[in-house]
Amino acid sequence: MTAPRVAGDLNTALHRLFAEDERAMLLGEDVCDPYGGAFKVTRGLSTRYPHRVRNTPISEGALVGVASGLALAGDTAIAEIMFADFVTLAFDQLVNFASKSTAMYGRDLPLRLVVRCPTGGNRGYGPTHSQTPQKHLIGVPGLALYEASPLHDNHTLLTRILDDGVPAVLFEGKVLYGERMFAGGVVDDLFGYDLTDGVARIRLHDPVPPDCVLITSGAMVHRAVEALRELLLHDEIVAELLVVSRLYPVDRAPLLGLTAAARRVAVIEESTAGGTWGAEVAAALYPPLWGTLAAPIRLIHSLDSIIPAAAHLERQVLVQSDTIRHAVKELVHG
Amino acid sequence: MINNAGSRNTTAVLDDGAGPPSLSRLSDADLSSMLLIRHFEKNLLKLFEQGFLHGTTHTCLGQEYVPVALTSLLHDHDHVFSNHRGHGHYLARYADPEGLLAELLGRAGAVCGGVGGSQHLLRERFLSTGVQGQSLPVAAGVALHLKRSTPGALACVYTGDGTWGEGAVYEALNIAALWELPLLVVTENNGIAQSTPTGQQMAGDIGGRAAAFGIAYERFTGSDVTRLRAALRPLVEQVRRASRPLVVEFVTHRLGPHSKGDDSRSPAELRAVRAADWVVGYAAGHPEQFERIDAEQSRRVERVVAEVLARPLTAWSPR
Repeated sequence: MTAPRVAGDLNTALHRLFAEDERAMLLGEDVCDPYGGAFKVTRGLSTRYPHRVRNTPISEGALVGVASGLALAGDTAIAEIMFADFVTLAFDQLVNFASKSTAMYGRDLPLRLVVRCPTGGNRGYGPTHSQTPQKHLIGVPGLALYEASPLHDNHTLLTRILDDGVPAVLFEGKVLYGERMFAGGVVDDLFGYDLTDGVARIRLHDPVPPDCVLITSGAMVHRAVEALRELLLHDEIVAELLVVSRLYPVDRAPLLGLTAAARRVAVIEESTAGGTWGAEVAAALYPPLWGTLAAPIRLIHSLDSIIPAAAHLERQVLVQSDTIRHAVKELVHG
Repeated sequence: MINNAGSRNTTAVLDDGAGPPSLSRLSDADLSSMLLIRHFEKNLLKLFEQGFLHGTTHTCLGQEYVPVALTSLLHDHDHVFSNHRGHGHYLARYADPEGLLAELLGRAGAVCGGVGGSQHLLRERFLSTGVQGQSLPVAAGVALHLKRSTPGALACVYTGDGTWGEGAVYEALNIAALWELPLLVVTENNGIAQSTPTGQQMAGDIGGRAAAFGIAYERFTGSDVTRLRAALRPLVEQVRRASRPLVVEFVTHRLGPHSKGDDSRSPAELRAVRAADWVVGYAAGHPEQFERIDAEQSRRVERVVAEVLARPLTAWSPR
């Protein structure tokens, strides 16, 4: 059986969640049928659950605030922000209300709240519709950041996020929506995958000790796998790829287990340079790996630039598979 | 009076603001609640001067009658969202000066363990936050929940005139009107946002802004709790029955500084504000009752201060 596309898997996950949890509510711009969301992730939900799915005005701050209010009152609240770039409009609600509420009243206050954000570039949408804004939300106490991937079941992920009771933002790489989920431990003819404590590891079907370990999140998986293949076939470099699901707080323990033997590590993300998630991962890994690393942890990210609209210009700025390949070659060969 | 509420036949009784009107006699309980708030706030300013309180606080001296008039119209299942100037809102609902003062002093028995402080309180269905306008969308979300789960319940959110500078207010009003949410927006318009007079920070007026969304609106200028309550009762019932938002504006007076010692108003302005203080009118109209209860609440708060100051500090561990 062909695996579903990522958008379809997310859609199925939402339908399951709504069937299991009658307090689940979903809010967002243009999420109702027949439109079903700008990326069709919410398709069919409003038809099946007309009182639990609402189109909102173009008011990202308010829709996240309303979702927080629902969660505060005991509902399960799922908000969609059409483009992750617009999460900046909900910054106050996320940073000063939802996240702080879990602790600032002197006691734990679980909130079942997740804000879904279609994220990233390589789609030609230009400077304000292509960003990977995770870094702007890193380090907020009481706010968890996740990223969807083609290797992590989305129903399991959403259930975990909500059951944790920590307000969360779920980033969903837009380039992933049309790609198929991986299934059965197989990525392609060369590579397979397994899952350990929420971290997916992509490596050769017949593993050999890798020259380096690359750490990334969902949106970069296809570009990273292409780089893995090129490195293996043309550069005789064996790399393993770890794909995390929770970006922040960084789950250090499983990453340590999977990088312990590696002497070279890189972190890959689409974010532009400066204050990146990769820096946060590196900071978490340096103390335990300091004695064994042969080189500094390499941060692979997009340029310090706005993201242009024209395809050829956008490619110059954003991390592509060849960016990864070149950076890994430098890391391994110095 | 501006009335966007359409065909309601309520008769909001309003004073015209010309001179202190005679205030009707209140129950001992209502007057006690108002004077509890008054003495609580006065003692806070004293505690600051004495160095027992640190950080910041925003007193509601002069505005005590607003939450006291409203609170008896609210039910246990209603949610209340308070703001930075929220001690009166809390005390009118819970009559718990011990817990609130302990919160401000970080002492045992604090409502929120001393973590939230003056502007961040949570107790049952009462919640305050320190960012202007932030709680309106949240209150709209709670109202949406109540509309589904508890028809007849409402979410009441306190704002000031300054709050109306925030975009979140308008996003929330739009949603509350569109979705017919039982949201009661209370504005305590004390004519000054920190140091900026309302006329310098608000174009038009609150009534016009409510009208833009087709939201019912009433404006009250008096401080007679009996009359305010009589006028408010049918309006609040309408929010419950029709599940529709309502904006009520109380033209009121902030007697004290914005927080502490930061009042830049002229002596003439302060004289005018003090002349309009409900306490002046009430004490003149009902001297025996006023003096009796004023003395009771003064002693009560003094006892609370001494008792809470003797408590141990709270303990809290960051996650």
